[in-house]
Amino acid sequence: MTINVAMTVNGKAVSGKVEARTLLVQFLREHLGMTGTHVGCDTSQCGACVVHVDGKSIKSCTVLAVQLEGSNVLTIEGLAESAEKLHPMQEAFRENHALQCGFCTPGMVMSAIDMVKRHDYQLDEATVRRELEGNLCRCTGYHNIVKAILAAAPAMKSAGV
Amino acid sequence: MTAATGIGARVLRTEDKRFLTGTGRYVDDLPLARATHAYFLRSPHAHAKIRSLDAAAAKAMPGVVAIFTGKDTADAKVGGLICGWVVKDKHGQPHKAPPHPVMALDTVRYVGDTVAMVVANSHDEARDAAEAIKVDYEVLPANVDLARAFDRDVSEVHPEAPGNLVYDWEIGVKADADAAFAKAAHVTRIDLVNNRLIPNAMEPRAAAADYDKGTGNYTLWSTSQNPHVLRLILSAFVLGIPEHKLRVIAPDVGGGFGSKIFCYNEETMVTWAASRVGRPIKWTAERSESFMTDAHGRDHVTHAELALDKDGKFLALKVDTIANMGAYLSTFSTAVPTYLYATLLAGQYTTPVIYANVRAALTHTAPVDAYRGAGRPEATFVIESIVSKAAAELKMDPAELRRKNFIPATAFPYQTPVALQYDSGNYLPIIDEAIRIADYTSFESRRAEAKSRGKLRGIGFSSYIEACGLGPSRVIGQLGGGVGQWEAAQIKFNPTGNVQVMTGSHSHGQGHETSFAQIIHDKLGVPMEQIEIVHGDTATTPFGMGTYGSRSLAVGGSAIVKATDKIIAKGKKIAAHLMEADVADVVFEQGTFKVAGTDKAVPLGAAVFAAYVPHNYPLEELEPGMDENAFYDPSNFVYPSGTQICEVEIDPDTGLVEIVNHTAVDDFGNIINPMIVDGQVHGGIAQGVGQALLENAVYDKETGQLVSGSFMDYTLPRADNVPSFKLGNKVTPCPHNPLGVKGCGEAGAIAAPAAVMNAVHDALAPLGVKHVPMPATPLNVWQAIHGGN
Repeated sequence: MTINVAMTVNGKAVSGKVEARTLLVQFLREHLGMTGTHVGCDTSQCGACVVHVDGKSIKSCTVLAVQLEGSNVLTIEGLAESAEKLHPMQEAFRENHALQCGFCTPGMVMSAIDMVKRHDYQLDEATVRRELEGNLCRCTGYHNIVKAILAAAPAMKSAGV
Repeated sequence: MTAATGIGARVLRTEDKRFLTGTGRYVDDLPLARATHAYFLRSPHAHAKIRSLDAAAAKAMPGVVAIFTGKDTADAKVGGLICGWVVKDKHGQPHKAPPHPVMALDTVRYVGDTVAMVVANSHDEARDAAEAIKVDYEVLPANVDLARAFDRDVSEVHPEAPGNLVYDWEIGVKADADAAFAKAAHVTRIDLVNNRLIPNAMEPRAAAADYDKGTGNYTLWSTSQNPHVLRLILSAFVLGIPEHKLRVIAPDVGGGFGSKIFCYNEETMVTWAASRVGRPIKWTAERSESFMTDAHGRDHVTHAELALDKDGKFLALKVDTIANMGAYLSTFSTAVPTYLYATLLAGQYTTPVIYANVRAALTHTAPVDAYRGAGRPEATFVIESIVSKAAAELKMDPAELRRKNFIPATAFPYQTPVALQYDSGNYLPIIDEAIRIADYTSFESRRAEAKSRGKLRGIGFSSYIEACGLGPSRVIGQLGGGVGQWEAAQIKFNPTGNVQVMTGSHSHGQGHETSFAQIIHDKLGVPMEQIEIVHGDTATTPFGMGTYGSRSLAVGGSAIVKATDKIIAKGKKIAAHLMEADVADVVFEQGTFKVAGTDKAVPLGAAVFAAYVPHNYPLEELEPGMDENAFYDPSNFVYPSGTQICEVEIDPDTGLVEIVNHTAVDDFGNIINPMIVDGQVHGGIAQGVGQALLENAVYDKETGQLVSGSFMDYTLPRADNVPSFKLGNKVTPCPHNPLGVKGCGEAGAIAAPAAVMNAVHDALAPLGVKHVPMPATPLNVWQAIHGGN
């Protein structure tokens, strides 16, 4: 049995027929062809699939597409203002070499932005490390990810994002 | 060359933009029209006979396209997977090589062994159908306890390997070691288990295949670190598809750490079945499949003894190791605990006599093969654990005991007693720099301060050596390796002056698109934005050996340099013609050919243009075009070295170990991009810390079930398990490759476990604790402190 679902993804209205069991991440990747959001595990541990729903970060492998009828979803593809102008968090990841293979990166960036906002742009290293509990990276040892997030917080504040 | 972007500059990565904007393209991201999806039915048992398999109901399920079993592949005469390295045992006999069918025939040999392949219109339909396949198993006793693998009462994994012994191998002369031990003033003994690890690259393994009926060509997209080697194995040994009819593409790959070197059955099956199904087939591992079926790493049981004279000089080392191979021999498994392990047992020391005996065992567990460091972390763990233990027993400073035994800088090239000849190194300044950065001299005051807070503080050293940059092909061949170990590069200028550089190396996080472009920019003066590094496609890149063993820069980078030399040599001839000068008078500086002492100059771009539009060109002597190939076969391995110092605090009430400082000083020779090198070290240390404190692949000893089969049971390091790292570096250039570089990809993971465990033992020494098993989890530490099980 398929169900119609409609939502806004990166500012565009989208809809599709999905199975009841279709996860948001499957809807994004398989129905919409938006493959920037990744699947790295099957137990909601790795965080490669993090997107924003109505402004809050969630793991898109842990929510059904049909639950998000009418929601506003932001994915990594919708983050940069333009091809030339990256979001300050993306820029900070690049400046600080906070990514290697790139697979965990979309989820890291989306989590990090939510983290900065929840802490009102005020973060210290211990807080960043604790807050990254839900995002796994096997390449960087987190060293440069932590640096990037700490650098991005004031940059986001001054950019007003 | 311009300091901002040439060799040695901190250049931001070219590849980052696509990864940061969600436009990277990994195997699972490929849009393949009319694709079907594969799901593999796995054995739930460690050891069982398949009495019967009934797929009739499953075949009738919605969306099912085809179901294949081991019988189908056997009937079609699909070859078995191969082990590409023949290790000869102590009697000169080749290792036992039991068959490795792509799917189980009548016996399953580990939890996760493949029983059937379901192809359906969607992943979910394939999975649903797999659940409907009825398999009647006769469960047999499982052999998963490595220390007991050779015991008579243990069940045999393969009849071709009696007693589960793959080989009994040795290096060195035991009698010589015994004679040296007889003269020892002190002998330190140690028993170690090097815990089994599951690599867990964040991108699960994936494969997609398409068959073009019109041309008979196959295309396989695979999460491979070495697409050419994968194609060679599939063509020559497994599927028999001629190499020129099989294209293997490894697009963006999300980390490998060794686990994506090997030829696995899933990519084999997807390729084989694509022509039978007549539609593309996609497969991506679920994480639980990665845990069960990616080749695991480490898993040694070792007893070692170190003989010292009265002054603390090492006289001899004896090592006895049992290495787990798992249920089947993976692609390079046999080489890891022999030529990548025992040959490293000299470490940084002048130990004159070394004897090692390695027995490789089959067990009912997933295959074990190379994982970041591959043998060298195991060797470093043995050496650096026993050296620190000896220092503690002799009440010597662990740094001083190391210094006393270091190979002196004047002794290079240095021939070790275990086959390798170290090309270069200078170990004293490295440990001194690490001591400075870690503020070792004031450690005891920190220990005392921690004690006032009820915490146990400890410090640990690990001075590692590694042989990487595989490797001289002649040596690899003499040791039983089945392939050459050179690398290839092609530099193809386009008429408008931009350049594509095709490499046989493969980047899956290492940043080759940036570092390799820096080399081109430095050598040829081409702006970075006009350079494209092309890798990972057998149709567009020259045959190459791929990326593992920290070889990409030392071997692949050297091939690129050789190709730049050819470009310059040809360009000089063209420029000489254009400038009407003698070629001997032409020099190449900063992207321009000049005649010394004159104002005559031809930019490289003009020479390239002349080569493609040869209206004024020495066609009698020179071919048109600017497209050069080079192959580079190194004359030796490269030998990075370094010292790590780890400082921990332990809560004696909970057993929790916290790393409060971790310092690494490395000698990687010349550095192309320090930002990327530091990143490699960070990641390596985190994996080493993971092994030391968190990670452990556990099979239930009775049932053979993989107990640590998910991220909820297997502790991958998280951000709050590691500190920010303190790095330093020293440079002794590699004397035998044109860039003077050594490998940096594995060092962090090689040195860290011993540094952490030595710190843990140092912290617990005041309590009289002699041994904590790795990983030093709160449970293991608590039990070591308080006793009991």
